[in-house]
Formats: sequence, C-alpha cells, structure tokens
Amino acid sequence: MRRDNLRGIFYIVWKDMRTYYLKPPAISWGIAFPVVWILAFYLRNPKSFGELLPGLVAMTILFSTTAAEAVVINFELRLGSLERLLLAPVSLPAVLVGKILGGALFGLMTTTVVTAGSAIALGVHPHILYLILIVIPSLLAFAALGAFLCVSVKEVFEAQTLLNLPRFLMIFLSGVVYPVSAMPKALQYVAYFMPLTYTVEGLRQAFSEGSIYLVLIEALILLFFFLVFLFPAFGLLRKKFE
Amino acid sequence: MSNQRAIQVSGLTKYYGETLALDHISFEVERGEIFGFLGPNGAGKTTTIRALTGLSRLTSGEALILSLDVRSEILEIKKHIGVVPEISNLYDELSAFDNLLFMAQLFGVPRSQRRARVEALLKMFGLFERKNSLFRTLSRGMKRSLTIASALVHNPQILFLDEPTAGLDVLAAHSLRNLIHNLREQGITIFLTTHYLEEADFLCDRVAILLKGKILKVGTPDSLKAMAEEEPVMEFTFPRGNSRIVKGLSLKLPELKVIPVDDTRIRIYGGTPSYVLKSVLEFSKEKGVEMLSVNSIKPSLEDAFIKITGLSPTVMRVEKEKRTNAAG
Repeated sequence: MRRDNLRGIFYIVWKDMRTYYLKPPAISWGIAFPVVWILAFYLRNPKSFGELLPGLVAMTILFSTTAAEAVVINFELRLGSLERLLLAPVSLPAVLVGKILGGALFGLMTTTVVTAGSAIALGVHPHILYLILIVIPSLLAFAALGAFLCVSVKEVFEAQTLLNLPRFLMIFLSGVVYPVSAMPKALQYVAYFMPLTYTVEGLRQAFSEGSIYLVLIEALILLFFFLVFLFPAFGLLRKKFE
Repeated sequence: MSNQRAIQVSGLTKYYGETLALDHISFEVERGEIFGFLGPNGAGKTTTIRALTGLSRLTSGEALILSLDVRSEILEIKKHIGVVPEISNLYDELSAFDNLLFMAQLFGVPRSQRRARVEALLKMFGLFERKNSLFRTLSRGMKRSLTIASALVHNPQILFLDEPTAGLDVLAAHSLRNLIHNLREQGITIFLTTHYLEEADFLCDRVAILLKGKILKVGTPDSLKAMAEEEPVMEFTFPRGNSRIVKGLSLKLPELKVIPVDDTRIRIYGGTPSYVLKSVLEFSKEKGVEMLSVNSIKPSLEDAFIKITGLSPTVMRVEKEKRTNAAG
C-alpha cells in the first residue's frame, strides 16, 4: 500500500507540473505578482533593496505556493478530476500530499529564480545551507496552508480571493517590509502566530550568515505549521467525499 | 456469500445529512454479467456507484466487491475495478495518449507494458489516429470512449459505468453500446446505471429498478416484461395536446392506469381489450375527440417500468433531454 501511495504521489506531482504550471492564475499570482512587487521596491529605493530582500523572497514563497495550490486543487475540484485520482489505488492523504508537493515544487522553482536573480543582481551571497533549511519547510507550510484553504471552495477565483486574506495580513504583519520588532507590542504577538514571520526571520539569518540555531528553530516552527495546516486539510477533503 | 458473486450488497443505506439517498438496498451481481440500475434522476443510481467505489462512505449496511469489504479494503478493491463517472473528466491539457498513460502510471501498470496497453486501448476504441490530440479537442463521443478506455488500463475485473451514453448522439451511443457488449464478451463484469429504458433492455442481463433510494424489482428484462404482460396494454393515438384526454379517461376508468406516452399517444394498462376499447370509443364520442388509431401493445421494458414504478416514461425522457442539453 505504501508503494502504491508513493507511486501515486510521484505521478500526481509530475502530471500537475505538466498540466497546470502554465495556467494563467499560477503565472499571475504565483510569478507575476511577487516579481512586480520586487521590481517596485527596487525601483523605489535601489540602495536599501538588500535589506528588503529576505522579506521579498519570503513573499515569493508565500504567493507562488498558495497560487499553485489553488490551481492544482481547484481546477480539479471544479472539473471533477480530483475524483479520478481517488478512483486509483491511492489513499486520500496521498492524493493531498501529491497536490501539496506539486505546489511546493512550483514555489521552489519560482523562489530559486527570484533568489538567484536578486542575489546576482545585488552581489549578495546568502548561506546556501541556511537557505535550504528555511526555504524547504516554508514551501511545505505555505503549500499546506494553500491546500487547507483551497479544499474548502470549488472555483479557482474563489480560492485566490480566500487566500488573499492571510497573504496580505502576513505581508503587513510578518516583517516583509516593516520589521516586527518595530511594530506595536500587540501586533508583535499577532505576528508570532503567522508562519511568514519565521520564514522572514530565517531568511534574514541566511542572507546575513547569522545563527544556525535560529535557522533550525525557525525551520522546526515552520514544520509545525506544516502539520497544523496539513491535518485539517485532510479532514476537509475527506468531508467532501463522505 | 459465494465467491461467484462480483458484487454483494446487503442493507446498504446512505444519508447525505438528513436526506436519505439509499434505503437499505440489497442486490448481487454475478461475475461476467451486465447488471443495470434503472431509474429516474434522484433514484440513487450514482450514489450507489459512489458508495461501492469508495467515493463516499456507507452510512450502514454491507458491501463486498470480489469478496473484499468496501469499508476496510477499498484500496485493494480499486486495483480490480474500473470506474467511468457520468462526466468525462480526463485532463483537457493532456493528449489522448498521455491521459491513458497517466492512468496506467497511477494504477501501477508495469512500465514495460504501459505503452503497449495504452496503444491497444486506443486502437480498440478507434482513437489511435487521434492519440496526440488534446482531450479538449475531441468530440463528445470520443471523450466518452477515452474515459471508458482510461478505466480499462489496468485490466479491471469489474467496470462501473455511470450513465455511459448520456448526452451522446444516436450513432455514438449505438457504437458505445456495442463496445460495452464486447467488454462483457472479454469476461468483464459490468455494473451500469442508466435512465434509458432501451439501453437497459439492449445491454443488461439483469436490471434493478430503483426509485427514491429503494430497489423496487430485480430481474432479467424478459422477466420484467413478463410481469407487464399479465395485464393487457392498449395504445390510443389522439391529436396533439392529450393531457385533457388523459384526465378525462382517468376519471372514466378509475380502476385502470392511464399513462401518456407522448403528446399524442396514451396507454391504458389493465381491463379487457373489449371493455377498454368500448369505454374509449364512448369517451371519444361524448367529448367529440377524434381517435386516430388503436393498437394492442406487446409489453416492453418501458411498460414494465411503468407498471413497477407508476411513473410515466416522459419523466425519463425529460431527464434525457436535460442531460443532452447540459452536455451540449
């Protein structure tokens, strides 16, 4: 059974890459939106752009993964093809994990291009291991968040609208453009409940070659968020097929 | 329970919230037969397929597929069944070939056999020439054929078909019915749902008539027709707009069933032919309605359906038109 599930996950990810990665909602929300934000910040103040880079990379991870989830899940919910996957000898959690990994992989590709492009353009040298340690759990956490929200609606546009609420809340409260430490105390407490805060903080450590211990702690917290979103997503999807 | 049975269902009940969709249904399907679920919209046909294939949970009751329990062994069951949903839901962005290849990968068809199996199915369904065409560019009939082919990539022992010919034109539906017949010749057990009476009659070895979540009757098409044969059926043709005539005749002959077949034809079930003919002639004279023709009818599955359910076949026809329009 485990072999069936692993095979199912692999081919679901592979099929989603071929089928959905070039869909307009994935391109516009997952690639164009973060790239436009980055360009806007760069053009406004090229000198201090380096300070904003961790936040903007974090935002890229958030948007690319969640946008991809909306596409890989909601296109199939709308057309009924998600059921097709469930007719195969693959368990429902395995199908959802396949969908989450599909979104995370799309996010990884976008984030790699954005991070590498920005680092080369600015001449900065982030710590690669730290980057990997923080980016991978972030991709998983935000892909799971996307899956959790997307399984509760049917249409892609509904999913993108629903996703914008946590996206924009996190952009403003998680230190993407404005440091958490400079925010009012009450908002700082709110920020600690948001996974993007830990991504931004971990990326700051990676770009400044900071503490490995801090990076590991942020990574563990992000893995915790991954699980927090994953299990309710299983529950919601299962409810759809009761 | 015998191992000769492909499907064994006992007391299957399904609630959606407060709504009772299936009410303690029980039936068995023999290996190698074509078994049909016949009923109007909302009868519970699709719900039964969903419950038996793991797409929804049973509220209560027992269901065994190839002697495996649907509740606890569904992943093992899925290796041996193919399911064709009512909507042809393959991937628009993939070609005919890639769609079948993906299903073969998902079902674990050995790598060395995948391409040959996919090509054989494309040939069998007459789609080999279109193997590189994207799914979205295929005609409705081709999409349906490809969806059935996709359910066969792993050589299933049982094929579930939900309304296989809904929305297809006459020619495509005819060719698909022949294909389904051929699948049975290959030893595949087929469980299909339909609201097309003639389809059930042509294809099925046995039929279960389903209404409001309950099985009313199970039997061969011939045995069901024989039930209708017990009472005579006479068909009268009047000019268009016969609802007034049906109403009038129902009042005149309250002990008989007066059922409209379409806008001009009426069937009367029961009574002796001489009594029915005399009464209708009287009615025709009293009301000044011209009778165009009269026939004594050899019962069809449609007549059996009417007798068993008390429904007019127009209910099924209206549903058929709705589905055709929706699919178009």
